[in-house]
Amino acid sequence: MKVIDPHIHMISRTTDDYLKMTISGIHTITEPAFWGGYDRCSADSFHDYFNQLTVTEPARAARFGIKHYCWIGLNSKEAENRKLAEDVLSIIPQYLDRPTVLGLGEIGLNKNSRNEILVLEKQLSLAAERNDLIMIHTPHLEDKLKGTRIIMDMILSEKRIKPCRVMIDHAEEHTIGEIKDKGFWFGLTLYPHSKGSPERAVDTVEIFGADNLCINSSADWSVSDPLSTLKSANEMRRRGHAEALIQRIFYENPKAFLSQCPKFKES
Amino acid sequence: MLDLYFIENRARLLDIASFLDRIDRYHESEEARNDFRYRSLQKALNVLLEPDQKRTQAIQRIFSDPTTEPIENAVGLKAYGAWDGGEK
Repeated sequence: MKVIDPHIHMISRTTDDYLKMTISGIHTITEPAFWGGYDRCSADSFHDYFNQLTVTEPARAARFGIKHYCWIGLNSKEAENRKLAEDVLSIIPQYLDRPTVLGLGEIGLNKNSRNEILVLEKQLSLAAERNDLIMIHTPHLEDKLKGTRIIMDMILSEKRIKPCRVMIDHAEEHTIGEIKDKGFWFGLTLYPHSKGSPERAVDTVEIFGADNLCINSSADWSVSDPLSTLKSANEMRRRGHAEALIQRIFYENPKAFLSQCPKFKES
Repeated sequence: MLDLYFIENRARLLDIASFLDRIDRYHESEEARNDFRYRSLQKALNVLLEPDQKRTQAIQRIFSDPTTEPIENAVGLKAYGAWDGGEK
C-alpha cells in the first residue's frame, strides 16, 4: 500500500521511525513548520529551523527512500511576542522559493487572540500575493469551533485565495460540515489524546464521504504515532471498505491537494 | 459493528466510571464536582443516552467555546478541554 502523510513533524522523530515508515509504504511526507514545544527567543532560531526543514530533513528522509516536503510559516503560539513575530514574518519569504517548500503552513490560531489573528492575516496576505498553497492549524479542544470559524471567515474575505487551495487541518466532527460546505480541503489528525482516533476517522469517512479529505498523523515530540495513517487504513479494512476507497483517502486525495503546487512530485 | 467494538468500549465505559469514583474518593471531590470541566462531562454523559446519531457532534459542542469575539491576549493561556464560560 502507498501512503502520503501530509502532516508529520519528522524533525522530532528518529531514524527508526523513518525506517518503519518506508518499509510500511509511507514514501512521501510533508512537514509543516510548527511550535517546537517551547517559545523561541529570536528570529535566528527560525533561520536554523527553516534550514533544517528545507535542507537537513529532506536529506535525512532521502536516506530511507522517502520524499520530504515542507511548509514554512509562523505558528500561532508564538504570535503573542510581537517583536519576534514581526522578525519571523520578515524572513519567511526568502524560504518559500526553496525546491521542497509547498506553501505557507501550518499557520492559523491557537487561543483565538487578536495578535494571533494579526499574524495570520499577514501570512494569508503573503500566500495570496504568491498564490501559494496553505495548510491551516485549527485550535485545540474547546477553542477549535470558534477558531475554525474565524479562520474560514478570514480566508474567505481574502478574495485572492481559493478555498480549494487551502487545507484546514485538525478538523473534528463539529467543524467538518462547515469546512466542507465552504469548499476547503480538510485534514483529520490521528493524535491519541487531544484529537482523533483511527475509529473516529473512519466514522468521518462514512458520515461525510471521501471528498476533500486527507488523514494525517501529525506525529511530533508528544504522544503520537507516525504509522497511525496505516492503522486507520487497517481500520477501514476491518469494516470491509474497498481497497480503492482506502487508496483514495491515503494516497490519491493528498496527492490531488498537494499537486496543486508544481514542486510536488509523489514517490 | 457490535462484535468489532463492544469489548473495547465496555472497557472505556469502565474507565469513565472509575474516573468518577476516583473523584468521589478524593479529598477535594466537592471542588472537582463544581469545576466547569466536570460539569461539561456530566452534560456530555447525558447526551450518550439520547437516541440521536449525532451524539459525537453534540458532545463536541458541549465542550466548545460558542462565542465569536477574539480574546485580547493569549499569554499564559492553555486549552482545558472544556469551555469555562469565559471565566478564565
